[in-house]
This record gives sequence, structure tokens and C-alpha cells, in this order.
Amino acid sequence: MPDVLTYVLHYEGALNKNSLGAVSEGAARAAEIGGQCHAVVVGGGDLTDELCQTLGNYGATKVFRAKGPEGLAQPVIDVMAKVIDENGHGYALFGGGLLGFEIGAGLAARQKAGVTMEVTTVRAEDGKLVAERPILGDSKISISHYQGLGIIIGRINAFEVKATGGGAAEVVDVELEYSPWSTRASMVTRGEQRGADVDIEGADVLVAGGRGLGKAEGFQLAEDLAAAFGGNSAVAATRAVVDAGWYPYAAQIGQTGKTVSPKLYLAAGISGAIQHKVGMQSSENIVAINKDANAPIFEFSDLGIVGDLNKILPKLTEAVKAKKDS
Amino acid sequence: MKICVLVKEVPDAAVEKRIDPSTGRMDRSGEKNLNPYDTHAIEAAMQLREGGAVQVDEIVAVTMGPESAVRALHKAVSLGADRSLHLSDGSLAGSDVGATGYALSKALAKEQPDLVLLGQQSDDGECYTIGAVVADYLQMPSLTQVIKMDVDSGALRCERQAEYGYDTVQVEFPAVIAVGDAINEPRYPSLKAIMGAKKKPLETVAAGDIGIDASRVGAEGSQVQCGDFKAPPAKAAGQIIEDEDTGETVEKIIAWLDERKLI
Repeated sequence: MPDVLTYVLHYEGALNKNSLGAVSEGAARAAEIGGQCHAVVVGGGDLTDELCQTLGNYGATKVFRAKGPEGLAQPVIDVMAKVIDENGHGYALFGGGLLGFEIGAGLAARQKAGVTMEVTTVRAEDGKLVAERPILGDSKISISHYQGLGIIIGRINAFEVKATGGGAAEVVDVELEYSPWSTRASMVTRGEQRGADVDIEGADVLVAGGRGLGKAEGFQLAEDLAAAFGGNSAVAATRAVVDAGWYPYAAQIGQTGKTVSPKLYLAAGISGAIQHKVGMQSSENIVAINKDANAPIFEFSDLGIVGDLNKILPKLTEAVKAKKDS
Repeated sequence: MKICVLVKEVPDAAVEKRIDPSTGRMDRSGEKNLNPYDTHAIEAAMQLREGGAVQVDEIVAVTMGPESAVRALHKAVSLGADRSLHLSDGSLAGSDVGATGYALSKALAKEQPDLVLLGQQSDDGECYTIGAVVADYLQMPSLTQVIKMDVDSGALRCERQAEYGYDTVQVEFPAVIAVGDAINEPRYPSLKAIMGAKKKPLETVAAGDIGIDASRVGAEGSQVQCGDFKAPPAKAAGQIIEDEDTGETVEKIIAWLDERKLI
């Protein structure tokens, strides 16, 4: 069956950007194989008819809406399994994001389907969809072909949000009884912000710090350098150091953080894991300082410096200041 | 309470990973080690045992893989597991994520754990997904990328970073939890623990011993075929400076930035 089912995440009445990307991608690819794109939403009263209908603008013709807990994967698996069983979708497509990984993988088990994660390209081939996934640190691309239901989990930012000008999507309410195990996890608090609120998305120059800074106090070096650049510059951080409490969550780049594309991205002590790369790879100029010559970040930086950042950053800060004063 | 920790052997980080062109699968020969992400799961199990909020009677390391995977189990035991279970069967080779999760769930069903812990990803295939697959087969609640986990009123209180900030989720036992690497700093095994690891009980089972349906595993039983590996579009390699004289290095950086009008 050529129809594509996507999951659309929402929070406080707003639809998730990566989910909208999945809807756009799903609509475009489904059209190529003679199908339609539908969406599943799960939540409470903020999923109004009006909000659900707006998915038509990204190419969805039908929205399956179920009442259920938000922000948890397993209830969504129940809903999607039911919708697929009753409607015979050929593919399930997810934008990048934590929940998409969990739902897609659990759905693969439930429906005995094939699943591919971290997909960057979906294309039609002989009336079917195939998925391309970069592997081995993006050095190779693996191509997935599916038997039966194919589950495709995109890499974050892989699918572009495209408004098609389509009319309101039809909203269909789904009634179901959740699996017992789906009700045995419950959200206590959701979307808690930790640390100061900083704005990194609008910065022209970002000095980003990772584990290589050694400790929370190491961020002073990054802050000094950002200050030396002056103007519209800021300090950003990797997930590892944010989770370790070294820097505020609002400054986090990558998979579960922000996506940035400044004129200059200066990465200090960052190894360059895929989860980080997806949030900053479209920066205009990438400079990396890392003591490990084999760090993956050197594979996608424009200028790489192999050395000790504790020696390099203070001198670089002085030199940037001197240059600006000259 | 019984905790099972899923572990995996992966090529050593220092070994260049590659696809075997004859099979289209990851070349898993060469030096192997315990997946570094799994050490956080073992440490989490140890901290639950030592924390005292719940009585942990047994920690069992579970793996699926060829004979060499025994080394990963020995390492897991040296880090604190009491014994290990090795699912080893030629018919499992080439299993995709779904088939691997199915086979692992059969091994886990034999153990009847109250808690299944695993790492956030493997160092080779980079799959973040096996926990969710196993959970669905075992019909247990599940959460991945957990960075804080406490036992509170007979359930797990887990924290993780999700799309909109930090979420706190209450999960009832039995459960499947994948931990993030920020959850703890794994301890180093003592020399005594390393020496003693080979003496701890290790059970090896084949697919048929635990009721695995042979038609659902291996390359034949997998629903997704990966292949046609191709190279990504080449990106021009960046310039690399080895820092020997920091003054000189900084001059070069400034010149590079200046050329691009970035200062």
C-alpha cells in the first residue's frame, strides 16, 4: 500500500518542526508512488480541529487524533498500530527526535516491520520507498529496502518543512484501549528548562564548548573568547556538558537542542558526534580545536587545530582582542 | 529484584570500522571490546544495588553474538554483574534491529527480570532503538536516554532530556530502561574482579533452547535489507594545523579568520 503515516509531536498547542518536515516529506514521496500522507496526533484538548486541520497545509490529507498522554512513546505505538491495521499504510515516517526513535522502533516490533533510523534521504524506486542512511561516521551510505511495512526514522533536520497550500486535512478521532504496559509509565513533569535562558540561535559567532573543557569552570575560556569577538557572539555547549550541569540547557546544540548556522562556529573540546553535528553542520565556517587528531569533528571542519585548548584559547582570545583594537 | 543488563561487543574504538563487501554487513572481526555505552548501564545497576532503596538480588549480563562475545560478558562481570547469559547461534547472524530485539527478548523472558538496563547506543551500529524493540516484545514500559534514575515508592523515577527540555517520568516495574552516558561515571574494575570474572557462572544458550522462531531471525527473517553501500558526496577536506608553537598557531588562526572577514 502506498500510503505514508507520520507521527506529529506537539507541545503546548504548537506542532513540532521536525514532525512537520516528516509530513512534508511523506506527502511528497507518497505522491510519487500513488499514495497519500496521513498523520497521527496523540494528546489532550489542545489538539483542536483547527490545529489538526493545518497539517493539510504541509500535505497531510487525513489526521488521526487520539486522546492520550503526551510526550511518551508507547501510547503512540498503540495508536499507530491500530491505524495501520485498519488502513493498511505501507510506510511509517518520523522526523528526527527522541520520541520518533522510540515510537518507530517499538512499532517495528509490534508490526514485525523493518526499521531504519538516522535516514537523510527517502526516494521512490519501482513504486516503493527506499531509505538512505549515512553510517560509520557518515563515511558510507546504506540503502534500505523493505518487505511489508517500512519504518523510516529521519535524522533531525533531514526533512524540510514545505507548505504546499493544501486545504484543511480531514480529522478522524481514534478510539482505543491502550496496552496495559503503555499506561505503566506516566509523565511527572515535561519540558523543564534548566539553567539560564540564553539566545544562541541569532548569534553570528558561536564559541561552543564540550567535554574537552574539562570542567564547568573551563567554560570561562569559551566566554572570554566570545567576549573578545564582541558584537553578536555567544557561547554554546554540547549535550554531554549540559547534562553534566556545566552549562545551561538553552545553550545546547544538536539532536535534542538547538540547530544553528552562524557565520563562525568555533568548537572547543568537542569530538563531533553525529548528534552534535546535525545541529551545527550548516554553519558557514567551522573551526575546531581538539587534542585528539582522530576526533570526527575534523572531518567536517574548515579549519582544524590539533592541540591543547587550555594553551590555545587564552592566546587566541588575546590575539582576537588585539586584532579588533588595531 | 533481578536486573538484566544487555551488553554487546563492538570493534575497539581504535579500529577503523568498515563494511565487509562480500556480505554487506559490518565487519566485526578484529579487536573487540565491551560497548563503552553499556558500562553506564552496568554502573546504574550497581548503584541501584548499593543505593539501598530496593534490594537487588542479582545482576545478570545478557548478550547475543558469536563466541568472541564472551569477552564482553567477562568485562561486564568484572564491572559488577553476578553471572551472564550468552545467546549464541549461527542462525542469528545478519539479524536486523527488529530480529535482534526479538531474539534478545526471548533470552530475557527466560530470566524474568524486574528491570532490563541497556546503554543508549552501540558504538558500532549506532542504533538507539533496541530498548524500545525489546520493551514491546516483553510488554514492559520503557524509556530511553535516561540520565537520572531513582527508586521512589516502588517505581522508577527517571529524568531525561527530550524535545522541549527535561522530562521526569514515573515508570513501574518490570521495565526496560536505556541509560544515557551522562547518568554516571562507570567505575574501573579491580584487578581481583578482572581475575575472578572468568570464574563467575556463564550460561550459553542456542536459539532453539529459548524458543526463538528461526524464521524470524537472521538475514532471512529480517524485514529490512540494507545494502548497495555507496560513498557520500565528498566534502573538501579542511585545513589542519598541528599545534607545536602556540604563538604561531594563533597567528595562523587569526590570518584564516581575517581572510574570511570573521573578525
